[in-house]
Amino acid sequence: MVEKTNTNPLGPGYENVPGKEMRFRDIFRDTLRAEMIRDENVFLMGEDISGGFDKKTKEPLDAWGGPFAATKGLVQEFGPKRIRDAPISEAAFTGAAVGAALTGLRPIVDLMYFDFVTVAYDQLLSNAAKSRYMFGGQTKVPMTLFARSGAGTGHAAQHSESFYSMLAHIPGLKVVVPSDPYSAKGLLAASIRDDDPVFLVNDKKLINLSGFVPDEDYTIELGKGRYLRNGNDITLVGMSYTSIVCKEAAEKLEADGISCEVIDMMSLSPFDEDILIESIKKTNNVVIVDEDTPRASMASEFAAVIADKGFDYLDSPIKRVTAPHSPVPYNRDLEKAFMPQPEDVVYSVKQVLGL
Amino acid sequence: MTIPKTKLKWIYETMYRIRRFEETMLEQTFKGNAMGVTHPSDGQEAPPTGICAHLTNDDWIGSTHRGHGHCIAKGLDTSAMMAEIMGRSTGQCGGKGGSMHIADFSKGMLGANAIVGASIPLAVGAALTAKYKDNETNSIGVSFFGDGATSQGILHESMNLASVWKLPVIFACENNGYAEATPAWYAVSTEDIASRAEGYGMPGIVVDGMDVFEVYDAAGEAVKRARAGEGPTLIEMKTYRYHGHFHADDTKKYRTDEEEKLFHQKDPISNFEKRVISQKLMTKTELESIKSEIEKEMLVAVEFAMNSPMPDIKDLYKDVYVEYSNSIQGLR
Repeated sequence: MVEKTNTNPLGPGYENVPGKEMRFRDIFRDTLRAEMIRDENVFLMGEDISGGFDKKTKEPLDAWGGPFAATKGLVQEFGPKRIRDAPISEAAFTGAAVGAALTGLRPIVDLMYFDFVTVAYDQLLSNAAKSRYMFGGQTKVPMTLFARSGAGTGHAAQHSESFYSMLAHIPGLKVVVPSDPYSAKGLLAASIRDDDPVFLVNDKKLINLSGFVPDEDYTIELGKGRYLRNGNDITLVGMSYTSIVCKEAAEKLEADGISCEVIDMMSLSPFDEDILIESIKKTNNVVIVDEDTPRASMASEFAAVIADKGFDYLDSPIKRVTAPHSPVPYNRDLEKAFMPQPEDVVYSVKQVLGL
Repeated sequence: MTIPKTKLKWIYETMYRIRRFEETMLEQTFKGNAMGVTHPSDGQEAPPTGICAHLTNDDWIGSTHRGHGHCIAKGLDTSAMMAEIMGRSTGQCGGKGGSMHIADFSKGMLGANAIVGASIPLAVGAALTAKYKDNETNSIGVSFFGDGATSQGILHESMNLASVWKLPVIFACENNGYAEATPAWYAVSTEDIASRAEGYGMPGIVVDGMDVFEVYDAAGEAVKRARAGEGPTLIEMKTYRYHGHFHADDTKKYRTDEEEKLFHQKDPISNFEKRVISQKLMTKTELESIKSEIEKEMLVAVEFAMNSPMPDIKDLYKDVYVEYSNSIQGLR
């Protein structure tokens, strides 16, 4: 029943591609750097992205090197013109980035914690995402934003959100969620080179994880998902960190003789409907795992598409494993219970399969 | 500041074009030919005209829901504007923006914006581009907004940001005394909005926004400062809208006749005429000939718009993204 599969993110045949094990945070910074070298119109704005200024010379210091050190060392290389430290004005600098994108630059905005999106939301929704459409295609908004999401680090209710659906709901905006160093490099490069506004959300839990990254320059097509594992009995759909949760659940279930196919969505808007339907045609069962709260979430959206386009292939109800409809709690035990755990997925899979 | 003759003619032509465009547009709105709400700016001709007189197509402006005057002063085509208001495919935005979202990027017009204050950081961003590109084109950004927008956080954030980064921006406040029906004396905590500038380390100037000469002079200084890399300026222009907040708004409910009369006496166009004739800067014949040209232009604009086709229904799906993905056209 269980099928041995290639879990290399590049898939079979790519075992000998030159590359190395890297931490998510390091490849993220290296990719920002590579894209800035590649195109002189690419620059970065955000709070503390150089992090501190020398009192005497007024020159930027690399004290912080950005939130989670995402931009460490870049201010020395590119200077304050291209690593532009901003006051705590998310709305204004996000809006200024839209203005810069409308007039020929390719800004990248570091919004620090994903929760801060709401402060800049009007500029994202009303200007970044709508300008092209409401002005009849006269213009484009080639900007990239990124921010850190996710619970599990004790950052509590206002620094731990995963409300991807609040962004995916916006027509004109694209949303991507890497789940490992490989997808971080490919999705970040693709986002920066894309002519539409793209929001890359990275879960904090990924930042210090390592994984294989090819040396070559590559991008991952926005809107495409990938198989992290092939299987026959049930499809587990993950996004961002829950793709790792799905993989861990699949390994546990393998021991029980249940063969799971794991899909990592990677893009949330647009998203890969085909890969969902293709997999469900084969497995006939599905569990969707999302760390966002459940109401009007990506999990609900994937479930709706599966119900609409894959109903006839289903042998069991579509199951969602999500956070509860609540803010993120601070207490470690409560926080752990808030996040979907591999055991929750295992439980739901068994429930769905009637085992 | 002496104004060259060609510029003087341009100023008169622009103010008269704005006035007649708004009146014509209102007529068409009441005839049911506009497809939605319109926000007329007649009475407020001096601010956009006096400022844009110093700008070129390389300079960028951000605008508001009351944006027709800004568009015209920035050189947009009145036929394409009228067609846009009538929702036609030949409209400035193909009929998808409407009165509140007219833009022309070839003319440096970043778009009218219907979220109060939301276009302010766009002009700041355009100024950032200018600075980033080492002022190749010596461009500046001008943000037009009303008294209502000065209560929005985004204005304050943007002024601080522009000052901190020393960007070539002009914050152009058209204080027409009312945010919809709410008077500025009620909702704005200071007598002069220009006083906000001090807190952000930039000059703040109050001018009579009914007098295009005053606006022109103040804008000249601010533009010079911006182009010289000396940073942003806030100009408050005290002005008045002759009509209501939107086409069907009855101002009698919240404004007095005395007040309306007072501002009509300060009319920017008739006072311009008196001044240029008494100072022998322009002749009555010159003014008349400009007027009759604009009357013709308005007829052409309405005819063009009325005879233009509606957009193709397939345009519904166009331009959401640069490359639109078919998978997200909606579930039908």
